[in-house]
Amino acid sequence: MKEEWCVALFHSTSLALRGEKLCREEKISVKLIPVPRRLSSDCGVCLRFPCVDEDRLRAVFAAGALEFDDIARL
Amino acid sequence: MIYLDNAATSFPKPAAVRDAMTTFALEIGANPGRSGHRLSVDAGRVIYETRESLAALFGACDPLRVLFAANATGGLNQALLGLLRPGDRVVTSGMEHNSVMRPLRALESDGVRVRVVPSSPEGVLDPDDLRRMLREKTDMVVVNHGSNVNGCMQMIRELGAIARRAGALFLVDAAQTAGCVDIDMERDNIDLLAFTGHKGLYGPQGTGGLVVGERAPLERMRPLIYGGTGSRSEFETQPEFAPDRFESGTPNTIGIAGLGGGVRFILETGLSEIRRHEDELAAALVDGLGSIDGVRLYAAPPERRLSTVSFTSEALSPSELGLCLDEEFDILCRVGLHCSPSAHRSLGSFPEGTVRFSAGYLTSHDDIAAALDAVRLLSREGRRA
Repeated sequence: MKEEWCVALFHSTSLALRGEKLCREEKISVKLIPVPRRLSSDCGVCLRFPCVDEDRLRAVFAAGALEFDDIARL
Repeated sequence: MIYLDNAATSFPKPAAVRDAMTTFALEIGANPGRSGHRLSVDAGRVIYETRESLAALFGACDPLRVLFAANATGGLNQALLGLLRPGDRVVTSGMEHNSVMRPLRALESDGVRVRVVPSSPEGVLDPDDLRRMLREKTDMVVVNHGSNVNGCMQMIRELGAIARRAGALFLVDAAQTAGCVDIDMERDNIDLLAFTGHKGLYGPQGTGGLVVGERAPLERMRPLIYGGTGSRSEFETQPEFAPDRFESGTPNTIGIAGLGGGVRFILETGLSEIRRHEDELAAALVDGLGSIDGVRLYAAPPERRLSTVSFTSEALSPSELGLCLDEEFDILCRVGLHCSPSAHRSLGSFPEGTVRFSAGYLTSHDDIAAALDAVRLLSREGRRA
């Protein structure tokens, strides 16, 4: 089955980097990629992750009090 | 060569600093937080990790409230010009560097009320004197943690508690102390901490900043510089969130990489070990200089001194002594007023200034012994002449 990818969007690169760190500590496979144009006109990065991990990722962000803008499907 | 000018810039730097900068130059090099490619992300990570190390070192509540600037002066200006408004009252000590006094005098001409609590001739700000000065409503207290002239450290925990009880924000200038002594923003009652990278933190020049504590009103602090941040690019207004709001323009990423290496060196070496060695050097300097005929020391109390010592000699003026040490003995130090006329007035060395020896963790006991021999010889010869 083809893996489905989601992205978490943040206000800033610093927050995205914190998100990356929190996820790696919890062994969620993530990668910072440029924000897709259809999701935002911003020039920053977002955090790509397998959609199956969305609940875990939300829990990690909540536990780390990490603010994020949105989670979207790629 | 013996380098005793660590209070201006620490030198040499630990290998970790050079390695971090070389790695950045050879392998990363890109613009942090602007593009989305992997080198840009790596550059952003270098900066983020340095923020985290600094937050850990200073007991800061949030790495994103570590704001980078070019030096402590940049951090101090951000706090002072960013927060104080006409009509506000600010209280400071008699031991400040011009990095505090000049922005304060500029603010004074705009209607900020500036009050200076005199320091003792050793450079100590008496907490009771501060308490008395704070009977009138005060918005901010700004204090030099450690003097760049005579190494005198203030009782910041007590001063911070007094400032906070009076409803003022407590801003600490840690230019001389960051990386040399243990600073914990929560324990020491610090709301705003200005630091520089190129002294006790062992980073390169052009790094430093301001750490903003939980109690400090980030939302009403005005940025000093506006521009591109790589975030919220669709808007022509400055983003509201830290650190982006205060860090417009491409940063000194290679410098911040080096600073990160410096902070890692400190965390690995341990602040208590650094303090132990520097304290021994301070004692050797004070005891040695104090035993030379015709030398006048401007010493801090022994229990609160850094490894920075100021003195004058009856034999030679500070500038002559500095030149002889450099040319004849290969000893590099700093003479004059050290950008701190206020502190020199408090210590009684204005306007002639002093000779300043400032040791660092990488200074050896042999370096100090050789410097003391040189001063001994020059004091004797100079007096004969």
